[in-house]
Amino acid sequence: MRYMLLMCGNEEEDGPAAHAEDEEPCWMPWAREMQARGVLLVEGSQLQPTSTATTVRSSGSEVLVADGPFAETKEQILGYDVIECSDLDEAIYAASRHPVALNGGVVEVRPVLASV
Amino acid sequence: MTDAQAAVAEAFQQEWGKVVATLIRMTGDWDLAEECTQDAFTTALTRWASDGVPDRPGAWLTTTARNRALDRLRRSKTEAAKLQEVAVLSVPEEPAPWGDSGVTDDRLRLMFTCCHPALTLEARVALTLRTLAGLTTAEIARAFLVPEATMAKRLTRAKHKIRDAGIPYRVPPAHLLPERTSGVLGVLYLLFNEGYSASAGEDLLRPDLSAEAIRLGRLLAQLMPDEPEAAGLLALMLLQNARSAARLDEAGDLVSLEDQERSRWDGARIAEGIRLLEAALRLQRAGPYQLQAAIAACHAEAASSIDTDWAQIVMLYGELRRILPSAVVELNRAVAVAMADGLEAGLALVDDLAASGQLTGYYLLPATRADLLRRMERNAEAAASYREALELAPTDPERRYLARRLAEVSS
Repeated sequence: MRYMLLMCGNEEEDGPAAHAEDEEPCWMPWAREMQARGVLLVEGSQLQPTSTATTVRSSGSEVLVADGPFAETKEQILGYDVIECSDLDEAIYAASRHPVALNGGVVEVRPVLASV
Repeated sequence: MTDAQAAVAEAFQQEWGKVVATLIRMTGDWDLAEECTQDAFTTALTRWASDGVPDRPGAWLTTTARNRALDRLRRSKTEAAKLQEVAVLSVPEEPAPWGDSGVTDDRLRLMFTCCHPALTLEARVALTLRTLAGLTTAEIARAFLVPEATMAKRLTRAKHKIRDAGIPYRVPPAHLLPERTSGVLGVLYLLFNEGYSASAGEDLLRPDLSAEAIRLGRLLAQLMPDEPEAAGLLALMLLQNARSAARLDEAGDLVSLEDQERSRWDGARIAEGIRLLEAALRLQRAGPYQLQAAIAACHAEAASSIDTDWAQIVMLYGELRRILPSAVVELNRAVAVAMADGLEAGLALVDDLAASGQLTGYYLLPATRADLLRRMERNAEAAASYREALELAPTDPERRYLARRLAEVSS
């Protein structure tokens, strides 16, 4: 099954720790562990902060563009990963080992609608 | 009731969960599994009346339900149904082995899946009652005092989540097993308490949830013989349930443990509970359910409140607090301390708890305090605490009990 992991947290407090050029990013050990378990990392990335977000609404003829995320919340989506694994237990494990979860953030696990 | 009807009713008790569990494994489709199992029981009513009751009713029902599922999948022309049909034909009726411990009963898979932590607690309880115990949606709705449509929606939503989110149908692997087992035990105990605290006689058609919880607890203990907490939970439920006849008086009012007529306790249930507990304790992996059962056993074995081994109960609550720190456990320990070491010592612990603010709003805190003060004949203070408890008590029988005590200390 394919799942999207949405990394949620406060971008002021839970953002990724800065790392020096010659250091590996904090998610690298996670990626290695997942690979070793047979969890396929389809894609994923951190996101730029919500201060860079743009919201678009469209009625077809009129496009409404606004600055900011779609909802102002205490926690924001910091990044995402799309993984492929056997079942929800495995996806929960992957989420529980992610640095965002380990640092006080929340990971929302959403199955991707299968395209049969 | 004819012999065939009686045999079907008996098979329903014994086999419903097993047939559903097997069909879910074979089809991967919870709704189809339930409907085909229902159909198999309906067919049994006529066929067993004409052809006689089969030697192995469970196997007969499983095969009938499986054939029914195949029929339905064949008639449906969708690609998905064709794939499902192939899957059903290739899956054996006997389940596959689990780890090194031999064959897993499908009901154990079903139990763990129903109690998966990704489902809401309400959904776990409802699914367990529907799929394992075979209660109808209407019966479950009645048990939880919600409209049938609400319960139907809850069940459908849970089944869709299992399918769409990929909740696995299996007994969890070793690294997840302890945590998930305690989840299953928690659901059963919640079910038991739901039945225990519901006031009797209010709704005669309300299913007996405590009896269902004991039935499922028996099944779990039998399916997980190496898990002492499963036996511990069953022992605890039996020991508590043994007192149910003495818990209420003729007027339906609560009778405190101290004042219960112990001859009305169910001796057979107590004996069974103690036997189970002793066997569980021999595995030397005590857990919260075994400890609570041990406390219940101390009460069950005592001829009266005074004869109770309160020192042993204080020790057991201390142990329970160590592995499961909670203010409610501490409150219970305070009562045992009052009985073992004197009322003053118990009251001091209750006052510490009150000062900590952890149990604010919990009616048993002022009720316990009131009770200790009443025994110390500090009637005015006791009355104030009874009044406080009355404001917070959640059900009528509890309020009537407190009002009666309040009248005693006020006169």
